[in-house]
Amino acid sequence: MIRKNNLSLVESPPEPRGAVPAVKIRNLSKWYGSFQALKAVDLTIARGEKLVICGPSGSGKSTLIRTINALEGFQEGQIVVDGIELTRKPEAVEAVRKRVGMVFQQFNLFPHLTVLENCTLALRLVRGVSQKDAEERALHYLGKVRIPDQAHKYASQLSGGQQQRVAIARALSMQPDIMLFDEPTSALDPEMVKEVLDTMTQLAGEGMTMAVVTHEMGFARQVADRVVFMDRGEIVEQGPPSEFFSNPKELRARAFLSQILH
Amino acid sequence: MHYADNVDYPRLLSRPSIYIPGLAILFGILLYTQAGATSLGQALAGLFGMAEGSPFATNLLVALVVTAVVAINVAVVMRLRLKHQVYVVWAELALLVLLFFYSFDLSFEFIRRKIGFLLTQGLVTTLYVSAVSIVIASVLAMIGAIAKLSSNGIALGIANFYTSLFRGLPLLMQIYMIYLGLPQLGYVIDAVPAGILALSLCYGAYMTEIFRAGIESIPRGQWEASRALGLKPKDTLTRIILPQAMRIIIPPTGNQFIAMLKDSSLVSVVGVWELMYLARTQGQTEFRHVEMMITASLIYWILSIVLELIQGRIERRYNRAQTR
Repeated sequence: MIRKNNLSLVESPPEPRGAVPAVKIRNLSKWYGSFQALKAVDLTIARGEKLVICGPSGSGKSTLIRTINALEGFQEGQIVVDGIELTRKPEAVEAVRKRVGMVFQQFNLFPHLTVLENCTLALRLVRGVSQKDAEERALHYLGKVRIPDQAHKYASQLSGGQQQRVAIARALSMQPDIMLFDEPTSALDPEMVKEVLDTMTQLAGEGMTMAVVTHEMGFARQVADRVVFMDRGEIVEQGPPSEFFSNPKELRARAFLSQILH
Repeated sequence: MHYADNVDYPRLLSRPSIYIPGLAILFGILLYTQAGATSLGQALAGLFGMAEGSPFATNLLVALVVTAVVAINVAVVMRLRLKHQVYVVWAELALLVLLFFYSFDLSFEFIRRKIGFLLTQGLVTTLYVSAVSIVIASVLAMIGAIAKLSSNGIALGIANFYTSLFRGLPLLMQIYMIYLGLPQLGYVIDAVPAGILALSLCYGAYMTEIFRAGIESIPRGQWEASRALGLKPKDTLTRIILPQAMRIIIPPTGNQFIAMLKDSSLVSVVGVWELMYLARTQGQTEFRHVEMMITASLIYWILSIVLELIQGRIERRYNRAQTR
């Protein structure tokens, strides 16, 4: 099914919502100067799918998921999120960001705000929710990530694992359709990795569409519907975790797995 | 101490290898500069009944006595607790400065006669000019910093030219140019507005760089997280970036306020009746320049101390979230 990018304006008539994939990436290429970070990547994420993206550092996996909510731009190709084509137009980016939540490696909580304010600020400013309703909703999601009594603390008073769970609650408070996780456990102390992965597993169980860049192969095996292996800006291999881990076909994937599954 | 270090090195001044050469250097300097010939030196020599001695003997005596006093002083202060050390050293240095002023044989009667006018007219004008300039400069700096960080070529060009011009020209020249140059265009401007305009433009240019650096010091992840949540660039700047940048911006900005307070004395050249102008003209009539200069200097110093205290309070407020 090869379609030219410039035909996107005469794209198929509106399909029923359930049939639209959550994310459709076609022929995506990105350059930093002369270095090509993404090489004609094709990737579709179905609604409700849990996708794990892995690969050696510098393989373009973070860049790829950061293009989905326009934190990174791209030069060629097409990204469609929930049926909305992602261009550089403010309306398109705003519409996509309304549907996509993101969790970062470094948490990126706002240090000058309390945990609760971290979760309510965007609700009030972007969605126009009243302070009372925003706090109610934020407390609901803080409860879900098991940060019950810390709502009035500042981020610096929490452990790394707690901070990352607040970051998840902050993204969930906006009630996104898709959650992006960019190496969510890489900056954590080992004993705190589990609490964050448990929260993510719980979220997966509730049917959230998730794209997760991670080195946590245990999580991938247990939660992912599909594992995508990237190297040097391209998708080298993908498949269900059972196949990918037991019988990787590509040499580069085998080499990578033998490195991290010692 | 900012960086706690749990190793007890011997105190610098308790090491003989520092203490003794330090005293020797002090002694050498006093001897070389002929401390015995100064008015304080003469007074000291008089105490020891050596006022009539040979110049070298007087120098030697004064150098020895001063060195001994410093040595004992250091030894005593070293035994105090840190907080008390700071107070004692502060008081001693302030005393030395006042002693220096006192040595000018000032007419306190003259100061008493003039200080009222110096405060009601001069100080009030200085405060008024500085306060208005500070407010305008801060606004200019914020606009300049945002322009410098924008991707708008026109704004960027204007901001770059502005900081280059007003940081590059001497403030004195700017005051003259605004006061004497604008009338050439047909805008006659009073001395006070001209002074305020020059101070605002000049300090706005310096503070533009401070604000820009403060904003740039906030990690990119903060911007990304805010934008990913859907906040608009304007809200991201005012709600996320600037509140955090304030912590970085405040100390150097306080510095600028103190510098501006004293640079406001430059507007005296266009005849604004502020502190410096009055100090100069009031002293002239009775040839009591030094009295007025010292009085004005002390007033500036006190004002600076007040500003330092205010800055400290604001810094503590913005540090709260980080240190709690």
